[in-house]
Amino acid sequence: MTATYPQEALSAHPPYRHLAYGSTAKRSPDHPLVVIPQTLSELTGPVYGRDSVAPDDSDLTRQHKAAPIGERIIVSGRVLDQDGRPVPDTLLEVWQANAAGRYIHKVDQHDAPLDPNFTGSGRCVTDAEGRYRFISIKPGAYPWRNHPNAWRPPHIHFSLFGPSFLTRLVTQMYFPGDPLLALDPIYLSVPDEAARRRLVSSFDIETTQPEFALGYRFDIILWGRGATPMEN
Amino acid sequence: MLIPTASQTVGPFFAVGLTRPELADLTHAGKAKGEAIVIEGQVRDGEGAPVPDAMLEIWQANAAGKYAHPEDRQEKPADANFVGFGRVFTDRQGRYRFVTIRPGAVPGCGNALQAPHIAMTVFARGLLKHLVTRIYFADLAAANEADPVLSAIDDPAARQTLLAKPVNSTPSAYRFDVVLQGEGETAFFDV
Repeated sequence: MTATYPQEALSAHPPYRHLAYGSTAKRSPDHPLVVIPQTLSELTGPVYGRDSVAPDDSDLTRQHKAAPIGERIIVSGRVLDQDGRPVPDTLLEVWQANAAGRYIHKVDQHDAPLDPNFTGSGRCVTDAEGRYRFISIKPGAYPWRNHPNAWRPPHIHFSLFGPSFLTRLVTQMYFPGDPLLALDPIYLSVPDEAARRRLVSSFDIETTQPEFALGYRFDIILWGRGATPMEN
Repeated sequence: MLIPTASQTVGPFFAVGLTRPELADLTHAGKAKGEAIVIEGQVRDGEGAPVPDAMLEIWQANAAGKYAHPEDRQEKPADANFVGFGRVFTDRQGRYRFVTIRPGAVPGCGNALQAPHIAMTVFARGLLKHLVTRIYFADLAAANEADPVLSAIDDPAARQTLLAKPVNSTPSAYRFDVVLQGEGETAFFDV
């Protein structure tokens, strides 16, 4: 018996063509995806060692001489498979705008200040229980040109590998109670409401550290290894 | 079962968090075993315009046909200098370039070998979920003919899109363009 992965996992994901998000118009395939047999090439995937990440990589407020401007936050959660089992030792990469809604990137021309004390990128590896934790500052909203008066809700980009080629995930974490979510075509591209809600972190008093920072909890569910094996 | 976390686009600013220049050279500065090869090409959109803000990742077996992963239990030699994972960004002309090792063949379904190939993942602004495809080598016609994944593609023209064409150079180079949409659209997989 070989462990294979259920393909229904795709149903929680947005469609490639979602015209409310204009950039999908010329970048989404015309043809349906080809279903292929899952082989060793898909059931394996890149493995990162814990040694590739330094302890300060997960604290985005301590990467420069002084503290960045903005509201300090702690973002923590667990990476789990679809059966609720932890995904240990997997790399998370995050990136985000600064408190004013500006990225350190040459393409970002938003008229908001850069912060010399904030790069906006971090990495960490999950522990044996699948837990991760970042310290950062709350990102600002920023305008984009998708439609008139378009604003991206504050978000943090997450990139994860998981245990196989199939579990690769790039997503965005949003903040609770944000009125911009109801207007954001990227957030709304996820068709299923329950799946959309999973992209919104929750304020968490347990993660909140007294006299230091508010805490947000964001659990990430990767489909892949540990999926109910099917005989083949 | 828990609802999976949905994919969202990498957006235009992924370089802030995902830049790893060392991942363009999978040979570990030439220390990996096997024949060094170059995979290069261009990413284009549905109007044939270059995609200057794509991120491409590749995953492949070593020269002996073994993946650096615990699920690969084949009795083949591992290579401590070859992880098999690469990542590059396209430039303003939509071009990319990896230096890697020619992969050995790995098993497919049952005992039959698959043709040597490299798995590729495409991320970009405007892609709400990454796209998955495979790079095969056009000069391995007999192996490609018998490959179970290539055989799953009915349209011969779509099959052709997965064949990297040899470029006359040293080290051996292959050209593999990625067309996201329209004429010559690359075959993408539901895995």
